[in-house]
Amino acid sequence: MTAATSTQKIRVVVAKPGLDGHDRGAKIIARALRDAGMEVIYTGLHQTPEQIVETVVQEDADAVGLSILSGAHMTLVPKIVELLRAQGIEDVVVTVGGTIPADDIPQLEELGVAAVFTPGAPTQEIIDFLVSAVGKREPR
Amino acid sequence: MAKIPDDERSPEQLWREAFDATPQRDVPFTTLSGTPVEPLYTEADLAANAAEQIGLPGQYPFTRGVYPSMYRGRLWTMRQFAGFGSAEETNARFHYLLDHGQTGLSTAFDMPSLMGHDSDSPLSLGEVGREGVAVDTVEDMTTLYKGIDLGEVSVSMTINAPAAIMLAYYVVAAERQGVPPQQLAGTIQADILKEYIAQKEWCFPIDPAMRIMGDMIEWCSQQMPRWHPVSISGYHIREAGSTAAQELAFTLKDGLTYVEQAIERGLDVDDFAPRLSFFFNAQIDFFEEIAKYRAARRIWARELKESFGAKNPKSWLMRFHTQTAGVSLTAQQPLNNVVRTAIEALAGVLGGTQSLHTNSYDEALALPTEDAVRLALRTQQIIADETGVASTIDPLGGSYFVEALTDKIEAEAYEYFKKIDALGGMVAAVKANYPQREIADASYELQQEIDSGRRVVVGVNAFTEGDEGQTALHRSDPAMERGQVDRLNAVRAGRDSAAVEASLIKLREAAAREGANLMPLLLDCTRTDASEGEIVQALQEVFGNYTESPVF
Repeated sequence: MTAATSTQKIRVVVAKPGLDGHDRGAKIIARALRDAGMEVIYTGLHQTPEQIVETVVQEDADAVGLSILSGAHMTLVPKIVELLRAQGIEDVVVTVGGTIPADDIPQLEELGVAAVFTPGAPTQEIIDFLVSAVGKREPR
Repeated sequence: MAKIPDDERSPEQLWREAFDATPQRDVPFTTLSGTPVEPLYTEADLAANAAEQIGLPGQYPFTRGVYPSMYRGRLWTMRQFAGFGSAEETNARFHYLLDHGQTGLSTAFDMPSLMGHDSDSPLSLGEVGREGVAVDTVEDMTTLYKGIDLGEVSVSMTINAPAAIMLAYYVVAAERQGVPPQQLAGTIQADILKEYIAQKEWCFPIDPAMRIMGDMIEWCSQQMPRWHPVSISGYHIREAGSTAAQELAFTLKDGLTYVEQAIERGLDVDDFAPRLSFFFNAQIDFFEEIAKYRAARRIWARELKESFGAKNPKSWLMRFHTQTAGVSLTAQQPLNNVVRTAIEALAGVLGGTQSLHTNSYDEALALPTEDAVRLALRTQQIIADETGVASTIDPLGGSYFVEALTDKIEAEAYEYFKKIDALGGMVAAVKANYPQREIADASYELQQEIDSGRRVVVGVNAFTEGDEGQTALHRSDPAMERGQVDRLNAVRAGRDSAAVEASLIKLREAAAREGANLMPLLLDCTRTDASEGEIVQALQEVFGNYTESPVF
C-alpha cells in the first residue's frame, strides 16, 4: 500500500480530553489531517476518557490524537489507554500533543503512546507519522 | 543620485526609483496578521484629519493615551498572573511577588474552578491545582488572600463563566477581613462572550450566561465603585489564532454588546462605562500591536461618545491590561522566549497599557518556576527604569508608519463590526460560529506559513541548532489534589447542610424568575459555605449547560 492511498483511508479521532479549552492546536491538526485526505472526527472540547474511547470504537478509528495543554496528561492518557485495552483495542495508534514536559514522554511511550508531539511540531511531520504508523499495522 | 538642478522629479520619485533599482530580500513583507507593509511611510500616508485623529494624551479620541500624564505620572501596574496548587501555595507566591516589587495581584484559577466543578468531581481528575489555584468554597478564597490587605491592594481574578460566584466569594472573604465591598479595588474578567468565541470555559448556555454577567455588572455598579466588573478580553481570541484586527474587532464588539445590554437593563451608560476595562494580547509584531492599542482607544471613545451618548469623559476611556503572547513562546530553545517577551512587553508599554503581565520563558513547557517568574518581572522593571521609554508620552505618536497602521487596523475593525451587525449582533454571530470560524481560518493560515518556512520562528523552523534542552520545570505535587479534596470535605462536614440547601433552593427560584438579580443570592449561598460546584449545578438545573458545535 502506498502512502497516498493509505492516507485516504485513515480514520482519525482528534480528541480534547479534560477541561482545558485550548483547541487551537487540535483544530489545526484536524484540518491539516483532513486536507491530507484523512477522515477526521473531532470530538470537541471537555471530553471524558470514556467519551473518547466510545468515539474511537464507534468510528472504527485507526488512530486517536489526544490534545492536552492543561498538564493533566499523566492522569488522562493512562486512563484512556487503559479503557481502550479494556475494550480489546490494541491496534489503534495513540498520539498525544500539547505542552508535555520531555521527562513525561518516555512514560507515555511505555504506556503504548506511539508518539508525542510538542509545540512547534510541523503538521506535515504528524501527517507523515500517522501514515507510516497506521500503514505498519497488521491488516484489519 | 543627488538632485540635478533641472530635474523635475520630486524627492519621493527619486527615492522610489532608487529603491526599485535595489534588490529586496525575498521574504513576505507582511505583518504577523498578513497586512502588507510598504517599504516606506511618509506624510502622504497620514489621514487628512490626522491632527484631530491623533490628538493629545488625555483628550478625545485618546489615540495617544487615556491620561494626560501617562507614565510620567505613574508607571503601569506590574501585575504577574499567578496561581497553582492550593490556596495556601498561591498565597505564598503572592507574598513573594509583592515582596519583589509587584504592585498588584492577578489570580489564575484551575480548570475545575473555571468550569464550575468541585475538586472532587470525576471531571476534575488530574486537573486540580494544575493550571491555577483550586478554589471550591469561600474558605479557599479566604486563605488565598491571607495576610494581604484587600482594602489596599488591587486584585485581578481571571475567571468568567462562574465569575459571579467567585466575586461573591471574594466579597465575603474581604468582609471577613473587615473590608466592605465599597473599598475593594480590582478586576474580575467575567467576559463571557469571548469564552464561546475562544477560551471555551463555560457553565451555561449563552443567554443565561449573559444574564448572570449583567446581574453582576449591575450589582457592582451599585455596591463596588472601585471595582472593574468585566475585563473585556481579546487576549484569548488572539491566542486562539486570530489576527490583530480580529482581536480588536471581536473584543470591542463584545464590549459594545455588554454596554447595550446594561443600557437595556435600565442602567445609565455613565454609571458603569467608567468601570469597564480591557485586556489585550501583545504579540511579536511590534508595530502592529502598538497600532492595535491606539486604534482600540479611538474606536472605544468614539463609540461610547457618539453611538451611546456617554457624557462622562471617563466613560470614553479604554483602559487595558496587556499580557505578552503565550502562543509566541516556543518549547524549543526556551531562553529565546525571554527576548520575545521583552519585545512584546515593550509594545504594550509603547501602546500605553495600564498594566502588564510578562510571560515566563518556560511556559511552553510547564507552569513557570519562581526564577522564571522573577526574570519576567525584572523584564518589566528594566523597560520601566533603564530604557527611558517611559520618559515621554506616546513616543511613537506621529510616526508615519504607526499612524497609518493605526488607521488601517481601525478601518478593518469597522468592517468586522458591519459583518457582525449584518448577522444580528455579536450574540447572534457567536451562536452562528462566525468569529470562531474567522479565527480558525486565520490560525490555520498562519500555521501553514510557519510549516512552509515562509514565516520564520527562530529555533522552530530556522536556526534550530543548539537547543539547550531541558530547563528546570515546575512540577505539581501529586498529593495536592487529595489535600484539596480533603479540605473541601472538611468544609462540607463543618457546615449547616440545611442552610446550604435552603440557600441553593432560593437561588434556583430566583434563577427561574426573569428580572431577579442573582448576586445577593450568590452572596447568601457563599455565607453558608456552599461550594462552587453545588452553586453551578443548582443554576444548571434551571439554565442547562452548553455544548459547542466546533468548526475547524
